Amino acid sequence: MNIQLQELTKRFPARGRKARGEVTAVDRLTFEVPDGLLVGLLGPSGCGKSTTLNMICGLETPTEGKIFFGGEDVTHLPPELRGVGMVFQNYALYPHLTVLQNITFPLENLKGAQKLTKAEMRRRALEAAALVQIEELLDRKPKELSGGQQQRVAIARALVKMPKVLLLDEPLSNLDARLRLQTREEICKIQKKTGITTLFVTHDQEEAMSISDRIVVMKDGVLMQQGAPQQVYDDPANLFVAKFLGTPPINVFEGTVRKERLLLAGQDVLAVPGAPDGSVWVGIRPEGFTPDANGPVACGLSRVEVLGRDVSIVCTHPACTTDTLRAIVNARHDVDGAADTVHFALHPDKVFLFDHETEVRIPFAVQG
Amino acid sequence: MHSKPNKAWLYLLLSLVLLGAFLVYPLIDVLIYSVEEGFNFASQTYLGVGLYNYSYVLHDPYFLQAVRNTFVLVIITVPVSTGLALLISAGLSSIKPLRKLYQTVYFLPYVTNTLAVGLVFMVLFQKTEYTDGLVNLMLRWFGAGPIDFINGPHWAKMFVLCFYTIWVVMPFKILVLTGALASVNQDYYKAARVDGTSRRRIFFRITLPMISPMIVYLVITGFIGAFKAYSDAVALFGTDLNAAGMNTIVGYVYDMLYGDSGGYPSYASAAAIILFVIVLTITCINLLVSRRQLRD
Repeated sequence: MNIQLQELTKRFPARGRKARGEVTAVDRLTFEVPDGLLVGLLGPSGCGKSTTLNMICGLETPTEGKIFFGGEDVTHLPPELRGVGMVFQNYALYPHLTVLQNITFPLENLKGAQKLTKAEMRRRALEAAALVQIEELLDRKPKELSGGQQQRVAIARALVKMPKVLLLDEPLSNLDARLRLQTREEICKIQKKTGITTLFVTHDQEEAMSISDRIVVMKDGVLMQQGAPQQVYDDPANLFVAKFLGTPPINVFEGTVRKERLLLAGQDVLAVPGAPDGSVWVGIRPEGFTPDANGPVACGLSRVEVLGRDVSIVCTHPACTTDTLRAIVNARHDVDGAADTVHFALHPDKVFLFDHETEVRIPFAVQG
Repeated sequence: MHSKPNKAWLYLLLSLVLLGAFLVYPLIDVLIYSVEEGFNFASQTYLGVGLYNYSYVLHDPYFLQAVRNTFVLVIITVPVSTGLALLISAGLSSIKPLRKLYQTVYFLPYVTNTLAVGLVFMVLFQKTEYTDGLVNLMLRWFGAGPIDFINGPHWAKMFVLCFYTIWVVMPFKILVLTGALASVNQDYYKAARVDGTSRRRIFFRITLPMISPMIVYLVITGFIGAFKAYSDAVALFGTDLNAAGMNTIVGYVYDMLYGDSGGYPSYASAAAIILFVIVLTITCINLLVSRRQLRD
C-alpha cells in the first residue's frame, strides 16, 4: 500500500517567553512512498523529518494538508486505525516486560472481532520473532539484550500486528558502527521478505543511500529532492542536496561562467555549453578529478592518503570555499606526494553548477 | 577504588562516630533499660534482669489501646493516602494549564506547621457551646445530627485523626509521584498509542510498573511514618491522649517517660523495643512482597 503526502504542513507555537508566532516544522511537503518499497527520509537534524513521521503514524495532527494510505484519507484517523507499525529511535521497549510480552503487547490491545486467543497471539508473536531471528531471547528482559537485539525486538513488535506500513525513526543511530552496517542489511532483508511499505528517517546520508529504494531529502521542513539514491547523487537539484550526499563531501568552489566556459580563480577549466554568464557555485565530486600533468586545475598539494584501492589527495585551491579539497583517484595513478602542486583534469558529469543566489542547479550540456 | 580502603573509612569516620553516638548507643541503651526490672531513676539502681517490663507493657490496657489505634491509623492512612496521591499526581501530569499552580497548592500542607494545621482542624471539627463546627454545619444540610469529632465517640475521633494524617502526608507523596511520572520516557506512551492501547491499560500496564519503585518507597516510608505518629494526635486531642482514648505507641512511650504518670524509663524502653520489632517486621514483609512483584 502506498503512502501519499499532499501539501503536508505542521506549525508549532513558538517556545520561550519572548518568542512570538509559530515555527513551521514541515512546509507543504508532497511526496509518495510507492507500495512495497523502502524509502529513506533524509535531512539534517531539526529539518522536520521526525515530525513528518509522527504525522504519518498519527501521533501528530497536521496543521494543513492530507495523508493518504492506498488512496484512503487517513489524515484524521487515530494511530491504531491506520495500520502502522512504528519503531522508535530508543526502541521504547517496556523494560518490565519480557521480549515475548513486549511483542505480544500490541495484540492484546485488539478488541471486538479482531480479538485473538492466547494461543493465536503466541503463534503470531513467535512468527514475528522468527522473522527477526530472536527466538532464543523471548524470556529475557530488554535490559539483558544488546542494542542490536533490542532493535530486532522493536521491529518484531512493530510487525506483529501485520501493519500495512512500517515506520522507523532513526533506526540505527543508537548502534555502534559495526552493528549499524549489519543491522541496516537486516532491515533491508526483512523489508524485502515482508514486502511491507517502509519509510525510515535518518540524518545519515550513507545509511539512506545504501539501503533505500528511494530517498527523500528535506531541509527546514521543505522537500529538496526525491528519487533513486544514485539518481539524486548524480543529478542534485540544488547545492544543499549536492553537499548533503556523498562521503567524502563534494568540493564547493566559487566560479564564474563566461562565454560558456567555467572559470575558477580566473582560470579556464571546463566547457559548459548552455550555461548563462555570471557567478556560480561549482560543486565537484571527489571522484570528478583525474591527475593529469596538462590538466587545467592547478592545486597546492597538502598530502596524499593511501586507502588501498583508492588514493585520497588533499590539496588547496584559491577558489575553494573550504580550506582543503579532496580528490579520490584510482590507486593506479602515481601521485608524487612530495610535489608542491598537482594538476587535475575534470570529469564534466561530476561537475555541477548552481546559481549564486538561489543555489538552484544550472544545467549545461556535458561534452565527451 | 579498591586500593585505598583506609581512605574510604577515614571519610566515613565522622558520620560513623555521630551515628554511633546518637543512634547505635541509644538503641543498645534502650534495650538494656527494657530488661532491667524495678529500675529506680533517682538512684540508678535496679532489682534484677528479666522480661517483666515487657509483660507489664503488654498487659497495660493503655498500651493495648495505643497499639490498636496505631494499627488502625496505619492500615487506613497508608493505602488511602498513597492511592489518592497517585490519582492526584496522574491528574496533575495530564493537565497542562495551571499545572504549576496546582502543584503548589497540593504541596502547601507539607510546609505548614503540624500544630497550626491541627488548630484549623479543630475549627472544622470541634463542637463547642457556641458552634457545632464547620463540618457539622455541612452534615446538617444532609440531615445528619451533630457529631462531636473531638470529644465524642471513638470512631469519630479516629476518622478525624486519619483524615488529618492523610492530609498531612499526601503532599510529599504527590511530589514524589509527579516527579516519578514526569521521568517516564514519553516514547513508551507514544509506542502504546500507536498500538492502540486504552488509557486504562496504559496506566496499569505501563505507568504503574514504571513508577512502582517509587510507590514501594512511599509505602514503606508511609508505614514507618504512620507507626511513629504522635504529634498529629496531640495537635487534635491535646496532650492527655490516654484520657481521650486516642493514644499511639509513640505517645505511650512519651507518657511513660514524661507524662503525668511519667518516670518509667523501663516501661517506655520496652514499649519502644516492641514498636521497633513491629516496624522491622512490617518493613521486611513489605520489601519481600514488593521484590517478588517487581520480579514478576
